[in-house]
Amino acid sequence: MFANFDFDVIQRSWKYLFFDGMAFTVYLTALAMVGGIIFGTLLAMMRLSSIKPLSFAAGTYVNLLRSVPLLLVIFWFYFLVPYIGAWIIGSPTPIKVGAFTSSLITFILFEACYYCEIMRAGIQSIPRGQVSAGYALGLNYWQTMQSIVLPQAFRNMLPVLLTQTIILFQDVSLVYVLSITDFVGAASKVAQRDGRLVEMYLFVALVYFVICYSLSILVKRLQNRIAIVR
Amino acid sequence: MNYNWNWKIFWELAPDATGSYMSTLVNGLAWTMATALAAWVIALLLGSIIGTIRTTPNVWLVRLGDAYVELFRNIPLLVQMFLWYFVLPELLPKALGTALKQMPNASFITAVLCLGFFTSARVAEQVKAGIGSLSKGQRMAGTALGLTLPQTYRFVLLPMAYRIVLPPLTSEFMNIIKNSSVALTIGLMELTARTRAMQEFTFQVFEAFTAATLIYLFVNVIVVLLMRVLEKKIAVPGMLGSAPSTPLAGH
Repeated sequence: MFANFDFDVIQRSWKYLFFDGMAFTVYLTALAMVGGIIFGTLLAMMRLSSIKPLSFAAGTYVNLLRSVPLLLVIFWFYFLVPYIGAWIIGSPTPIKVGAFTSSLITFILFEACYYCEIMRAGIQSIPRGQVSAGYALGLNYWQTMQSIVLPQAFRNMLPVLLTQTIILFQDVSLVYVLSITDFVGAASKVAQRDGRLVEMYLFVALVYFVICYSLSILVKRLQNRIAIVR
Repeated sequence: MNYNWNWKIFWELAPDATGSYMSTLVNGLAWTMATALAAWVIALLLGSIIGTIRTTPNVWLVRLGDAYVELFRNIPLLVQMFLWYFVLPELLPKALGTALKQMPNASFITAVLCLGFFTSARVAEQVKAGIGSLSKGQRMAGTALGLTLPQTYRFVLLPMAYRIVLPPLTSEFMNIIKNSSVALTIGLMELTARTRAMQEFTFQVFEAFTAATLIYLFVNVIVVLLMRVLEKKIAVPGMLGSAPSTPLAGH
């Protein structure tokens, strides 16, 4: 079965695959994770807010983005971001936005919805009494959140946040549809140039599997450690 | 913003001359739903089997089930699509591979298989969690009554587990609808693909995407409403309709 395989193609292109493709994927994942968790936490705080318009707006946003496919969102923002940029700086024509910026904005805004749901559960897992205690000590909302609720919420939800990040890492492969050179994009370019689809895609699957599986084992270990300490 | 809105575009004739752009999109929705439903059958069947064997006392069956779930969960859906579409026909015996490639609806069948297997791993997680959430006494009571292990599953554990996992399965079903859009990369003309095509033909980017978003929302609302009725009918009395503590992460 593997007799007429040409694994040489991987040897010839691995530098390109990893230093161009995988570097892009990892960089985008890292930035989108940071941005997504920050924005997601803000969204979660808005959703749990007692100010009705705020919680309504956040709820609508999260539910809207969670009910459309990521691919559609990627297309949306790919075309929308230049117009929003033009609107912000008051330019009459749509501004030029690079593929990286466009997909970074997309992933931050999209994954924030999923991080938001996780953080919401995290915040709700903290007993109300702790918030009341914070207020009784004379702390205001932001101080209570910052020094009492959020640190515990993050800690409790860390394994789930990381699992979601592994999913984000896999989702980044979808920027392929914008012909961006992420890991899958780089592999498919080489595959089509050399006519070696089979070898390349098997290799890509193997690399993703090894990375994601190892990460998920690490997350599981972390989960056990946190569970014991608590 | 300098953008020429033209909402009448939906009633103009699409380039394939079979109808308006609106009917193109509706046709796309039909493909999306057909793909999702067909894949859901596979996902539910396989997922139930895998999820069940992961709770049996047999270590090797459990390991097999675990390996299956890890395999499908740790490779991106897009890459799995490529594996099914580009790689599988090459690995099969030549005649079968060629036959597969020349099927009239190759991308539809591939997408259904890929989505079915991908989602089956997630269904398996839910089914396992559902069975795990039942109290140990149920299994013991079953075997104490003289039922064999398969009978215990058939008459005691699974009927309860299915009623408990219905809410998380609903969200898996919505995921399969959304995930079917990834099939556009292997040429399936489902809703997102047709929206993209419409945008390329007409340059009416935002109208096309708005329409697609609204259609997806509409489908979502319908599914949620239908499932709510079903959940009410099926919910186990005395249990607060709460799903087992399923992992929150996911799509």
